[in-house]
Amino acid sequence: MSDRLLSPSPGRVAFTFDGRPMEAQEGQSIAAALMAAGIRSWRTTRVEGKPRGLFCGIGICYDCLVTVNGEASRRACLTQVCEGDTVQHQEGAGHADDAL
Amino acid sequence: MPTTPSEPVLYDVLVIGAGPAGLAAATTAAGLGAHVALLDAAARPGGQYWRHRAGDDGRLHHDWGKFRALRTSLDAAVADGRIAYLSDHPCWHLERVPNLAPAGSASTAATAATADAAVFIAHVVHAGADTEVRARTVVLATGAYDRQLPFPGWTLPGVITAGGAQALLKGQGVVAGKRIVVAGTGPFLFPVAVGLLHAGAEVAGVYEAGSPTAMLRHPVTAARNASKLIEGAGYMATLLRNRVPYRTRRTVIAAHGETEVTGVTTAALDAEWRAIPGTEEQVACDTVATGYGFTPQVELAADLGCAMAMDADGSLAVTADETGRSSVDGAFVAGEARGVGGSALAVVDGRIAGLHAAASVTGAQVPPARLATLARLRAPLRAFADLLPVAFPVKPGWRTWVHDDTTVCRCEEVPATALRDAVTEMGAEDARSAKLFARAGMGLCQGRVCGYAASGLVAQACGREVTADDLHSTIRRPIAWPVTLGALAAGNPDGPIGAPGSNPR
Repeated sequence: MSDRLLSPSPGRVAFTFDGRPMEAQEGQSIAAALMAAGIRSWRTTRVEGKPRGLFCGIGICYDCLVTVNGEASRRACLTQVCEGDTVQHQEGAGHADDAL
Repeated sequence: MPTTPSEPVLYDVLVIGAGPAGLAAATTAAGLGAHVALLDAAARPGGQYWRHRAGDDGRLHHDWGKFRALRTSLDAAVADGRIAYLSDHPCWHLERVPNLAPAGSASTAATAATADAAVFIAHVVHAGADTEVRARTVVLATGAYDRQLPFPGWTLPGVITAGGAQALLKGQGVVAGKRIVVAGTGPFLFPVAVGLLHAGAEVAGVYEAGSPTAMLRHPVTAARNASKLIEGAGYMATLLRNRVPYRTRRTVIAAHGETEVTGVTTAALDAEWRAIPGTEEQVACDTVATGYGFTPQVELAADLGCAMAMDADGSLAVTADETGRSSVDGAFVAGEARGVGGSALAVVDGRIAGLHAAASVTGAQVPPARLATLARLRAPLRAFADLLPVAFPVKPGWRTWVHDDTTVCRCEEVPATALRDAVTEMGAEDARSAKLFARAGMGLCQGRVCGYAASGLVAQACGREVTADDLHSTIRRPIAWPVTLGALAAGNPDGPIGAPGSNPR
């Protein structure tokens, strides 16, 4: 997407999404990094298997869930990318059975 | 930098939320001599309104000077120990415990007089552990989030909230899409559309479902808020100059696409917002940014049992008097949680609540001249806020765009027909029982997104208007933020503590 007005932050961090190498600006959320790379959906729903991605962008809606380093149901919009993170798309509820 | 109190502390004032209202409340209370804890879920202060990136120069922001001034006051108060600013500390439950023996007071005044007063306990999660913050009074400055109306296709990736598009841009430096449709109602659509335009996106159209010219039928209030009208006119000029279609009385009634949104159908609306057959237009886009005003975030107030009422905007808001006092002794409220009114009003109300909360604990006198000034500032802002639901009401005809198979509850994937059946087949008579039968609002977001729409659909099926009771059943969230069993287990059993270090995750 457009980077026109967006002066790059000094640091970039590397992570993977479903095994694919990705980059994010330091401090960026997983959702922002994926959106910047043109990836719009990273979850399928539990009942109908429908694709979902970012919706509210501020931690309210829980639609943007991803699995981060094996931990399911992290909100991609609130979770900062850390160097070396392994991010995976999530099918259904993942394994976040202990998340209330 | 977040501060870390090293021992259990009973704060004079606990402010929840570091947006416009919370920053104003915390710094003002500290200025009156109170020892303040400022809790916020985010890593940086500013709330949704001043959401920003590290090193942000404020170019994309409104009233950035006001934010910088508040930020400077905050930093000074943190530096001399009057405010414990606890960022990355989402509060998941708030309670008021009567007659708790104080663990030790940070206050230098009036401690003895209030020794057996009630104590507020905020349960917060930080760095993967559950912890507590305790205080004698609380100021709820929890803000608001985008209010949504469902339409066919609104669950497709690429359909996002207007606030989400804004947060992505201001907080992350990412433009939500290449060709974007902005739709909904309210003045917020303007800065969202213009922000996206300036960031390089093509804005395919701005669709305002309402008729903003209603504002001009109240010339006195409009004139007293001329700067806001001038701001609106500036946005309008920018859209025109860039040949962005701006259409009123028209909105997106469906989004299309298989795996992502590829286009929308817009339709003209009648005065009640029913789509007018034959007026449909197709617009190609890869992104839709939508919002129909804002919903006050009131679940922590609900934890305390604060009285609430449906405001003129049709949302549930915390009832408060002119000092910001709610119905619960010691609990104050400021900003959008007491009814959506914008950031300028939030700052003034935050200052007023901060003064009264601090004075009620420390015994200091609220300076009368200061209060008079604040009251003078408040009047036109309040009048303008009262005009917003008049100028930008959500009208009941939106329910005609919602088909039987349109998803209403995104979390539990509940279609509109399930809510209607709950009423007509299962005998539900209110949103609460319909929610139990149909599972709408029982997913992870706990009804934050669909509560307003689900209440409206149930009320319609019942043949009546939405009531405050309907809305109240959609905002009870005893656990307001996800907290894992592991975090509870890791919590400190010794009672209230501060944050052991800072972890941005």
